[in-house]
Amino acid sequence: MELIIGHFNYWMVIIIMMAGFYTVISRGNLVKKIAGLNIFQVSVFLLYISIGNVKEGATPIIEKGVLLYSNPLPHVLILTAIVVGVATTSLGLALVIRIKEAYGTIEEDDIHSQDQSL
Amino acid sequence: MIESHLSLLIVVLPLLAAPIIAALPNGRTPWLVSTLVCWSVFAMACMQLINVNTGNVISYELGGWAPPWGIEYRIDATNALVALIVSAIAAVTLPYALKSVASEIPKKQHSLFYAAFMLCITGLLGIAQTGDIFNLFVFLEISSLSSYALISLGKQRQALTASYQYLIMGTIGATFFLIGVGLLYAMTGTLNMMDMAQRLPALYDHRTIHTAFAFIMVGFALKLALFPLHIWLPNAYTYAPSVVTVFLAATATKVAVYVMLRVIFSVFGFSFIEKTPTDELFLILCVAGILMMSFYAIHQHDIKRLLAYSSVAQIGYMMLGVGFGSALGLTATLVHLFNHALMKGALFMAVGALVYRVGSSRLELCSGLGKQMPWTFAAIVIGGLSLIGVPGTAGFISKWYLVLAAIEKQNWLIVAVILVGSLLAVIYVWKIVEVLYFKPAEENNVHSSVNEAPLMILIPTWLLVLANLYFGFDTDITVGTAQQAVQLLLPGASQ
Repeated sequence: MELIIGHFNYWMVIIIMMAGFYTVISRGNLVKKIAGLNIFQVSVFLLYISIGNVKEGATPIIEKGVLLYSNPLPHVLILTAIVVGVATTSLGLALVIRIKEAYGTIEEDDIHSQDQSL
Repeated sequence: MIESHLSLLIVVLPLLAAPIIAALPNGRTPWLVSTLVCWSVFAMACMQLINVNTGNVISYELGGWAPPWGIEYRIDATNALVALIVSAIAAVTLPYALKSVASEIPKKQHSLFYAAFMLCITGLLGIAQTGDIFNLFVFLEISSLSSYALISLGKQRQALTASYQYLIMGTIGATFFLIGVGLLYAMTGTLNMMDMAQRLPALYDHRTIHTAFAFIMVGFALKLALFPLHIWLPNAYTYAPSVVTVFLAATATKVAVYVMLRVIFSVFGFSFIEKTPTDELFLILCVAGILMMSFYAIHQHDIKRLLAYSSVAQIGYMMLGVGFGSALGLTATLVHLFNHALMKGALFMAVGALVYRVGSSRLELCSGLGKQMPWTFAAIVIGGLSLIGVPGTAGFISKWYLVLAAIEKQNWLIVAVILVGSLLAVIYVWKIVEVLYFKPAEENNVHSSVNEAPLMILIPTWLLVLANLYFGFDTDITVGTAQQAVQLLLPGASQ
């Protein structure tokens, strides 16, 4: 029981990660792929935030009488990674718009067959 | 004053230049500013290499925060060599870019193009300079995001799908790296690479460390296009604008190889790698990659794609040295990093000259052009000889050290693979030469009026071609620096 409840966050990280990764690989729709990529990245954010938690640690704001704080560094790190994720998503979606303009479709198979028929 | 902040300036100068260039009006000014920036970065990278080539290590504390709390830029001979490769290729590529970009990219995008180019340089140099593993991730994403944008600017619509494919695979790779870094931080409580290296040996048997290592290796194998994770590379190189192909082919994968070296030898230490099947795995993948990708290269009908497949094969040669884990092997890897940047830079530039005149790099459209463009053709021949590894060219030096390393390990199979790989290179280089020179130009050829590429394209190309010949004779800079670097990567290894 301890293995499941105690590591709840980590189990969720694994489930979300696999769901996102599977979506990226299995879907042919380019927007869905980006969505999957996003889910995949979110799991890593969750992983970092969970790492920062210290058992019975307080919020990391200096206060009298508190000796044990949670580690704030992973949260700061993941802020940077979130920004990177936003940039990647927007660039990816911008590319999808250009692909739609150039091919008239965002289905991977259709794009592939259009390129082959040239 | 400038001397002491050199390590930071190399990264910050192009970073600051990028928004300024983006705001400049389209025309020649963006190009002029970026060229000036790149040449000054190149000068600084040379000074930096001279500073550390004596065995010094520069430690620069960002914002005055002492490591391991603050971000540290830690420069030894390895970083300095990689930073020199990136900045030298950038400095040669930019003069070449003027004409090539003008013909391939719409004028209204020029200032944005050069801004993205500057960001890409910032990212690659940042990876080379930093000593902080999370900072490395940020720079990796800066360089990747800008290169996705640069690749998508190619003329054909396949450039868009190639860029998209690279974006998906590149992001998966970077995220894998991020997971690895997170696990390492959870175990060691530090992000500074040197600090991490000191804390890791006590944790060698811990399963989390092995998981972290696996994530980082797979992530970067994607980034450096190690066979079989190379699928994004041929399309990206084929459809990107010529300038972008030249720059990325010569630098991006090299920087990723450097990160592999750094993580394996400086952070984890080779004694950790030997406990895992990583080194054998590298050797197997490299051998498969060299043979299969060279075969693929032979069957291509587009010169850019042919050279792209050859690049994947060449990455195999670089990673062979890592798999050996010996001083000679690492020397070969580092020398080949430098030499391959020179040869692929020269070859892609010459192909870019063909694209400039003909508008395509498809083999059937280029038949007989060798006689009309003799200088471009000669550049391809010499670059090709260097790729094969003919004595007198830079390629020979790296192959020589690689074969020595394989013989030292008594691994005759790999000696044979290196030689067979070179023979396959003869075939695919000959394929280009045959079409360009010996195939008669077709009747009613629309390209019969094509003449030699302009000087602004020929001069940078020939600079790299001559460098290929020069570094085939004078190995003080390449081998000397590589040996210096190896002493720091593999402490205790005798030369």
